[in-house]
Amino acid sequence: MDLILVNLIDGLVTGLLLFMLSAGLTLIFSMMGVLNFAHASFYMLGAYFAYQISLALGFWMGLLIAPIVVGVLGAGVERYGLRRVHQYGHVPELIFTFGLALLIEEMVQFVWGKNQMAYSVPEVLNFTAFAISGNSIPAYKIFMIFTSIAIFIGLLYILTKTRVGMIIQAALSYPRTVEALGHNVPLIFMGVFGVGTALAGLAGVIAGPVLGTFPGMAFVLGSIVFVTIVIGGLGSLWGALVASLLIGWITTFAKSYNIEMEDVLNSIGISTPENLSDSVFRDFWSLTSPQIADILPYILMVLILIFRPAGLFGKRQS
Amino acid sequence: MTVSDPKHDVPEGAREKDQITTDPSNPSERMRAGSMTLTLAPWVIATVVLIFLPMFFTNNSTLTIMNQMSITIVFALAYNMLLGQGGMLSFGHAVYAGVGGFACMHIMNMSDFFETIPLVILPVFGGLFGMGLAMIVGSFSTRSAGTVFAMISLGVGELIAACSVIIVAFFGGEEGISGDRTYAQPFFGVEFLQQIEVYYLTIAWLVISAALMYLWSRTPVGRMANAVRDNPERAQFLGYSARWVRYYSFIASGFFCGIAGGLFAINYEILTEENLNTASSGVILLVTFLGGVGFFFGPIIGAIAFTLLQTVLSLSTELWAFYAGTLFVATVMFFPGGLAGLIMMHVPAFKLGKASGLVMPYIKTLLPGAIGLLGLAALVEMTFHFRHAATGDVEMTLFWTTFNSHEVLPWIIAGAVTVIGLGIAKVTAPSLKEAWNEANTAGGAS
Repeated sequence: MDLILVNLIDGLVTGLLLFMLSAGLTLIFSMMGVLNFAHASFYMLGAYFAYQISLALGFWMGLLIAPIVVGVLGAGVERYGLRRVHQYGHVPELIFTFGLALLIEEMVQFVWGKNQMAYSVPEVLNFTAFAISGNSIPAYKIFMIFTSIAIFIGLLYILTKTRVGMIIQAALSYPRTVEALGHNVPLIFMGVFGVGTALAGLAGVIAGPVLGTFPGMAFVLGSIVFVTIVIGGLGSLWGALVASLLIGWITTFAKSYNIEMEDVLNSIGISTPENLSDSVFRDFWSLTSPQIADILPYILMVLILIFRPAGLFGKRQS
Repeated sequence: MTVSDPKHDVPEGAREKDQITTDPSNPSERMRAGSMTLTLAPWVIATVVLIFLPMFFTNNSTLTIMNQMSITIVFALAYNMLLGQGGMLSFGHAVYAGVGGFACMHIMNMSDFFETIPLVILPVFGGLFGMGLAMIVGSFSTRSAGTVFAMISLGVGELIAACSVIIVAFFGGEEGISGDRTYAQPFFGVEFLQQIEVYYLTIAWLVISAALMYLWSRTPVGRMANAVRDNPERAQFLGYSARWVRYYSFIASGFFCGIAGGLFAINYEILTEENLNTASSGVILLVTFLGGVGFFFGPIIGAIAFTLLQTVLSLSTELWAFYAGTLFVATVMFFPGGLAGLIMMHVPAFKLGKASGLVMPYIKTLLPGAIGLLGLAALVEMTFHFRHAATGDVEMTLFWTTFNSHEVLPWIIAGAVTVIGLGIAKVTAPSLKEAWNEANTAGGAS
């Protein structure tokens, strides 16, 4: 029971972190109809910038400045890169963001090298918040949870309750009408792109100390983020939230409980073959849940796409 | 520049022969779409060149590079069957080549069976396995094109790449699977012990696959793939199922990817997880797009250029992936037609006989531009060296000169070369543009 609670908290941290990335990505998708492959690269840039800033000004200034810098960079990418490629169609746009992701990884290696950076949890938060029957929960995890939830509430408030949010929502659905009403739609798009990438940067700032700041960090998380928004339904903010939490919990639980395929198959009435070590299915029989934890999201995505192509909360099929 | 009649702005001579569609009422044009006479010459020339190349490049390392090139060409052409001809962007296409290769590797290790077949037909098995996988995956992934297709391909690619460390029986885990090609039945006495024999096997398959893929693009299915790419609704309105057309393209692409994988297995005699992962899928996308997706021969140029770039650059700099990435992004942003598109841009000028007028402006602009870019690259290399070299290691060698990267003078020289080179290019660019317009205008001064 206690272990379940610990895993729930761990999964929540992972899920909310994923959500910070997928929220921006799904907003950008509903706006431009293109998936930003480089989104996780902005997450990585956030971590690296925050590390660099934290060397000079400390963690909290990094938390404040790095997302802004990333957001400005993101807006620049939209203004000078994507908008230019947009005229060629969706496929070149996807390819452009894919190339950008490669390029950002190379640039990060160019500037900071291939090793992991010594970006660590600030002293103030480096203590155990509480313990559940011997499993200590670090305060930094609690901080991550609260930051993510605050971001989510703030985003929801801005999008649904303020005038700016109304215009953004309208521009997502009917860009031409909104333009005719006198709003600068390209500027709105650029802004949304900037804010989305800034969110990714923020996620990088707070995830860098725990998940490690290294050139591969974008790649590790990148494809999971796409999986998340595909499962949640492209363009749906709630879907992104639900899918993020789902993936966070599924992977966490799969990793901490060692369920073996043999036991599962035996319990549903299939007996283990006699000479298992010679069988071609021997790897299938000896599968364990921690082994497949990392590919569970992909399996889930393929299943969702086969049976419900619009995703869990998706309204339209693109 | 003379102002010309707008009718003549499109070069007349160029237009008629460029048309792909034929006019059935005109007997001389009726057969053109199916006729091979117009396009046979490049194939014959390419084949002859491929056959005689080893006479000029005799050492083994060059042969290895040429084999690598041929495999990449087959793979890139197969990839372009989807991307260029079908409009489907796949992010996990290395999987089909990889699975085909792994299957070939297993056949190599089944000594009883392997002894009874000649090595030359091994790639067919790779192709069949690649095709089988494509049939399974395509059954659900080709339902829609665009983003959804790209996402499924990415998911499936990641899934299979991740399986490679889990399903050890087939993928061999971390160390992969290796075999020995020489156990096959000798083919007319050839046992494929030497690199040169493998080279001829590879180019034979290269020519066969490329020809088949070209012929495929001329069949009704290949033509419908183009139609579905451009306007699926309209194609469906004509009574073709967009989904099935995509499915057929996907299967055919899977087959030729598998052949590329089989050739890889024969050449390297080892396959690992690296053949399946997203990085390899990304590379093939890069190769194809760099070469140009709009033309059949685009991926061929891309594969040749990329392999050369990779070999030459990776020998001389650690940063080659950085340059490749920059080149890729620049291609997407400024030349979405790729290298093939750049080449084909000049066809009208040649048809008008005005291409010679472009030579001097090109030299005036591109030569300083290239020198400026080299200067820029030198700056990048020096920055990299300055930041990452071991402490105390201040010497670096660049463009055959050795100097101290912690002194000011080299920086000034590189900076000056960059600024002057790019500056001249910028100044001469307008006259190049003018010459370009002039060369593409019919009539006028000539």
